[in-house]
Amino acid sequence: MTDKTMVVAEKGGPRAEARTGRLNAILDSKEWLGRLMLAPAILYIVLLIGYPFFLALYYSLSDITVGSRTMHFVGLKNFKAVIQTPTFQQSLKNTLIFTFVSNALVLVLAKVLALALMKDFRGKWLVRFLILLPWVAPISLGTIGWLWMLDSIYSIINWTFQAVGIFGPKTWPIWLGVPHLAMGSVIAVHVWRLLPLATVILLGGLSSIPQDLHEAAAVDGAGFWRHLFQITIPLVSPIMTVAVLFGMVFTFTDMIVIFVLTRGGPYDTTQVLASLAFFTGILGSDLAEGAAISLFLFPVLVAAAFVFLRIARRAEVA
Amino acid sequence: MWKLKRLGARISHFGIVAAFTIFAAFPFYWMLITTFKKTSDLLKTENNPFLFNEHPTLEHLRYLFSDTEYSRWLWNTGFVGVLVVVITLLLAVPAAYSLARLTGRFGEQFGIGIFLTYLVPPTILFIPLSRVIANLGLQDSLWSLVVVYPSFTIPFCTWLLMGFFKAIPRDLEEAAMIDGLSRFGAFVKVVIPISVAGILTVIIFTFTLVMQEFVYALTFISPVSQYTVSVGVPTFLVRGDVYFWGSLMAACFIASVPIAILYNFFVDRFIAGFTVGAVKG
Repeated sequence: MTDKTMVVAEKGGPRAEARTGRLNAILDSKEWLGRLMLAPAILYIVLLIGYPFFLALYYSLSDITVGSRTMHFVGLKNFKAVIQTPTFQQSLKNTLIFTFVSNALVLVLAKVLALALMKDFRGKWLVRFLILLPWVAPISLGTIGWLWMLDSIYSIINWTFQAVGIFGPKTWPIWLGVPHLAMGSVIAVHVWRLLPLATVILLGGLSSIPQDLHEAAAVDGAGFWRHLFQITIPLVSPIMTVAVLFGMVFTFTDMIVIFVLTRGGPYDTTQVLASLAFFTGILGSDLAEGAAISLFLFPVLVAAAFVFLRIARRAEVA
Repeated sequence: MWKLKRLGARISHFGIVAAFTIFAAFPFYWMLITTFKKTSDLLKTENNPFLFNEHPTLEHLRYLFSDTEYSRWLWNTGFVGVLVVVITLLLAVPAAYSLARLTGRFGEQFGIGIFLTYLVPPTILFIPLSRVIANLGLQDSLWSLVVVYPSFTIPFCTWLLMGFFKAIPRDLEEAAMIDGLSRFGAFVKVVIPISVAGILTVIIFTFTLVMQEFVYALTFISPVSQYTVSVGVPTFLVRGDVYFWGSLMAACFIASVPIAILYNFFVDRFIAGFTVGAVKG
């Protein structure tokens, strides 16, 4: 490393500096060029993520509204007020249910699907493309597809179940209009959306397991389940953690599926923190309270970042 | 007996793959079918919805493109997408190179730090940003999105490109520098041309992120003519009690499937970005 920079400095150093002076020196110096090339990106991130983040902290401690020209520091008043409302408590509970149930389902289903896709078969590329669709298509538009499929009168799902004799004509569930069904529908759509990402990440992990390990296990006479739990799962567990981590973060902070399908209804039974922050802060104009609600999302992100860093460190050591 | 068992395994494998494929793709298939059905056919509950009970129609497509602002939204999305791609490339490419080559061990740590900012979600930042955008006088303008979107495309793309640059053999740049190019010259004339694949990945990825973004566009923009596709369709076309399902499904299908096909070619690189570096092997 260092001797190479020395070579360059010796070669172009004195003469180049005499010719075009400082600019060349900067373009050649590893340190200065490094900083110069990095600075704009850092500046952008600081201005548009760092600054608004601190602003969010500040807002949450103030009494700002959309129209207000001044704001006053009010301490923890917003947090105290927010925590006491039943809507917030309900939303917090919903967010946790939404996150844990959908990610548990995604984890199990992605594992099954990834194992199935490890085998070669005809038309695999097409299957892969179709399975990836929900993740790749804009989620707000994919969710509208579900809105139509879950419609109270024209639901294709209900029609099909009736045709095979599971639902009678008078027992059609109103998927998005009844509390538990609405939560179930929202979770199902979110699983639909996250499954491709988790599957592809797991596939990457599965295909990185050395083939001889599988063969050795086969020679030792390990059956399917033993093989799965003693070889496959332990070896993909770090990559599985990454998949779950992203899934958790994307679910915990998401409001798109809920906004499109239920807008938090019926009676706030599918309201989550992110959507509640939107309805309070933007539509309700109470920026301070909205900011306070959205900051409840933050601890989960810190936890996720912490786990992520630990995995990254372990990978570096290995 | 052995044969029978293998046949059973094959059938269950086929069943699993088929079930998942239907679960994933059915909504899109359903969008496509609905697009070409007459409204009277759609709304007659005694009709078999899987069949065309009346002749297919192009009426929904005509309505979508001539009587709604849909084509305007597509144009808006493209406009924002192109500008965000340009900004992202201008900032992320040099930053990634710097972190991969010029900043030593510190670069690795910093790279992870930048990547982690990608995890800070719009749902925390949109409230203060709405005020910032208003103060800048960008409210209701597509430019607000052009300014804000790079804040989530730059972190991810920098991280993705870092991996690309690290994979380039150092000898290439060193040879170019011995031939008299400055370090920066070597970056522009040697490193960038051989990183076309990486840069293309970043372009596609940035564009899809712009197409998918919902929260900021919903927050910053209220005039219908300034919407992007992902917000315009669910907020403007879905309203009131009368749903125009045919044109709605057409709108969803047209905006999701072509970009999905493009994205499909790059998905492996994109997944590598999620995991490589964090989990090696």
